Amino acid sequence: MIGRRGLIGLGTVAGVIALWFLLTTLTGIVSGARFPSPSEFWASLVQIWTRGYAGGQLLAHALHSLKLVVMGFLVAIATGIPLGLWMGWSRRAEAAINPVFLVIRPIPPLAWIPLAILWLGLGDAAKIMVIWFSAFVPSVINTFAGVRNIDRPILEAARMLGTPRGRMVTEIIAPAASPLIFTGLRLSLQASWTTLVAAELVGAMVGVGFVLNMAQQDLYPAMILVGMITVGILGWATTVALARVERQALAWNVAARD
Amino acid sequence: MNGAPLSLRETLAWGALGALAFVGFWTLITTSGLVPRQFLPSPLDLVQRFFHLLTSPFAGATLPEHLASSFRRYAFGVLLAAAIGIPLGLLMGWFRLLDDIVTPIFDGLRFIAPIAWVPFAALWFGTGIGGPVMIIFAGAFPPCLINAYRGARFVEPRLIEAARMLGTGNLRMILEILLPAAVPSIVAGLRVSAGLGWQSLVGAELIVAAAGVGFMMVQAQGSVQTTTVMAGMLAIGLVGMLIDILLRQGEAWMRRRRGLDS
Repeated sequence: MIGRRGLIGLGTVAGVIALWFLLTTLTGIVSGARFPSPSEFWASLVQIWTRGYAGGQLLAHALHSLKLVVMGFLVAIATGIPLGLWMGWSRRAEAAINPVFLVIRPIPPLAWIPLAILWLGLGDAAKIMVIWFSAFVPSVINTFAGVRNIDRPILEAARMLGTPRGRMVTEIIAPAASPLIFTGLRLSLQASWTTLVAAELVGAMVGVGFVLNMAQQDLYPAMILVGMITVGILGWATTVALARVERQALAWNVAARD
Repeated sequence: MNGAPLSLRETLAWGALGALAFVGFWTLITTSGLVPRQFLPSPLDLVQRFFHLLTSPFAGATLPEHLASSFRRYAFGVLLAAAIGIPLGLLMGWFRLLDDIVTPIFDGLRFIAPIAWVPFAALWFGTGIGGPVMIIFAGAFPPCLINAYRGARFVEPRLIEAARMLGTGNLRMILEILLPAAVPSIVAGLRVSAGLGWQSLVGAELIVAAAGVGFMMVQAQGSVQTTTVMAGMLAIGLVGMLIDILLRQGEAWMRRRRGLDS
């Protein structure tokens, strides 16, 4: 059953919608040029869903953005986790890679956007590159921390049993570090969306950020709101999907099962 | 993991090796002409360009002037986020009803990337100072709120009970019990906020501003000046690092003063 908290939550959401209706449609305190009324919002949603806006229907824009985030995110995982494992495993690798990391890490991922555009243009490749950059750093750092936090006895036991190196990585280190690896992946995913939206706002031909950009130029507040809500829903959906993968992957881990 | 931690000498030696390999490879592919200059400048070109920009203007101002105008917006946005987020977080930690009301709204907004506020920010506050400040605020606000809230929520119950027994009112309870107890958490949140705010600032300036380092980089990108773009990245990275170091020092100082670290 819904508890007190849920009830108040539902009341709040209803209250916000009522306030929105009151301020825009009923009293006109907030003019339509600044924030859309519920009916304008609905009309824009129908427009982009059926006829399309900024060169495509909502679903096409959303799927394109989703595809780029997933691709950039996967490339970042595929490169970041092995590097983090390696840096965690070998003190020498850590010492050698750290200085380069110290230089690259403070540069915000968004600052790579102009360079990515210079190198790869306004197409998908530039976006995947900046997403890769933004998602790469959190996955490396957390994987590294995960490996370093493994209990020594576990490693010594495995080593004593003569576990070969390859199996050591796949069967001991990676699983033992996986809770922290997933923490890194959650951060990476968030960073991926922020970066993608920024990159699409700076320059794109399609995508949710491009919808926002066009709506801004057309001074079309209702469509801006549609774009923002789409960004929120996509971010939420991918976070939920990742959490599901995490639960499956960490099913053995009692601490993560709550 | 692979044996004991390296000695300082070994760490430095491997670090120098790594750095040298990186810079050496970069120098090699750029000076040999394998990668064209306008695609990737050599490290030396980059450093020269950086120092050149310190004194000669690009896109209407020198690099320090661009940085100063960026920093003004940044400080404004982060301070605003702290001024609203910390009190609200403390109040939410004390009044359950407020917590139950704000949390669903906050959770709903959380998934919208701060940068997605750019169009509304431009529409409501213009592209001068108001718009960018709002985007920095959107980036820096959540950690301020969350950490103040957590700090207030996890105060030792005994302190609250003792204060309550002495008849402490709501206002004094928040100011004299919750706030001091939450300070470590709040300071940690501020550090995260400062980082996220700096990141949002760069985004805001790339998209809407008419001055600042981000704007300089967009202008340089428009005229295909890769070296200037990279000098901008370098400046942003350096300032970001400086902010983080200062806040780390502040945090360490605060922890020492409260006897949290021996």
